[in-house]
Amino acid sequence: MHELSIVASIVDSVTETMAAYPGSRVKEVRLRIGALASVIEDSLQFCYGLGTQGTPLEGSTLIVKILPVRMHCDGCTSDVEIASLQSFRCPHCNEPLTDMRQGRELELDSIEIEEVEATV
Amino acid sequence: MTTRIVELRQGILKKNDELARGLRSQFETAGVLVLNLVSSPGTGKTEFLQGTLRELISSGSRAAALVGDLETDNDARRLAASGAPVRQINTHGICHLEAEMVSKHLDGWNLADLDYLFIENVGNLVCPSSYDLGEKIRVALLSVTEGEDKPLKYPTIYNSADVAVITKVDIAEAVGFDRATALKNISEIRPGIRIFETSAKSGVGMAEWLAYLAELRPLR
Ligand SMILES: Nc1nc2c(ncn2[C@@H]2O[C@H](COP(=O)(O)OP(=O)(O)OP(=O)(O)O)[C@@H](O)[C@H]2O)c(=O)[nH]1
Ligand SMILES: [Mg+2]
Ligand SMILES: [Zn+2]
Repeated sequence: MHELSIVASIVDSVTETMAAYPGSRVKEVRLRIGALASVIEDSLQFCYGLGTQGTPLEGSTLIVKILPVRMHCDGCTSDVEIASLQSFRCPHCNEPLTDMRQGRELELDSIEIEEVEATV
Repeated sequence: MTTRIVELRQGILKKNDELARGLRSQFETAGVLVLNLVSSPGTGKTEFLQGTLRELISSGSRAAALVGDLETDNDARRLAASGAPVRQINTHGICHLEAEMVSKHLDGWNLADLDYLFIENVGNLVCPSSYDLGEKIRVALLSVTEGEDKPLKYPTIYNSADVAVITKVDIAEAVGFDRATALKNISEIRPGIRIFETSAKSGVGMAEWLAYLAELRPLR
């Protein structure tokens, strides 16, 4: 359950960013997570609800984009997506794959913020 | 009410990654080889490490260990019996080690005086894989008692390993360990990975492992 630590890191970064936007609130937080990043989206969503309470992120929506594992295949001399995480072999030529190009990302991509109208 | 998108494009574990990068260059400068041992609880990390430290120390190498544990210092006491300097990292319930914990526990050690530094991670096959500790070599262990399909169930950790160690081979037969399938599964997840088959209890396979460690550290 390191999802809670991950949420804590997200809260820190977003809170830091929000200091530059006084009077705004966070609507959405968007992540890019590699399929091999060992993060389970359900636990992440669950921990997000808990970990954002009492922070500027409270009530915001977490959007997780899962990135498939992409490997470079020497046989095909091109990048291929593996079909299953249980076999690191090229789906075209069966070559064993060792050169990962995508799949371990744990990225905070962007946030959507809403400016709350100033009272005149 | 207006909304806008603010691009952040940063690693979520940026702080850990930066610290780990700093540690890695510190280790390289000091000339100490750092290995991070990961596996399920009970695979035999402490036993394997104890045997490794004992052999290294008796052959004149300078080796030390950091050991992560949720609550106790039992593993640290077992490892210290080898004569090597050992420090306990109590994570207080956190299921993995982080670069900052490693960094804090190096205080007062002169890394340049060490040939090897082993870090025994918390027994967990999921969380440690996301946290770089600045190690050069990540060692994933698998015991003969925990099922040949472990690598398939936890591809993230086995795929991130540099070497694999099968432990407890002394009881392989008794538990009906299917060696060929285990080797195949590890290689399916991490093609080309070097695999050691060992028993810290009987000593089988430890010589090959120690030769590999010597090979990794040709300086001195
Ligand atoms: N038969 C046999 N038993 C072993 C061997 N290595 C470890 N064990 C036993 O397996 C159990 C767990 O070993 P540990 O070394 O504590 O395992 P660990 O991976 O450090 O466990 P955690 O730190 O709790 O994750 C102990 O009862 C050991 O005596 C081995 O080579 N052969
Ligand atoms: Mg242990
Ligand atoms: Zn191919």
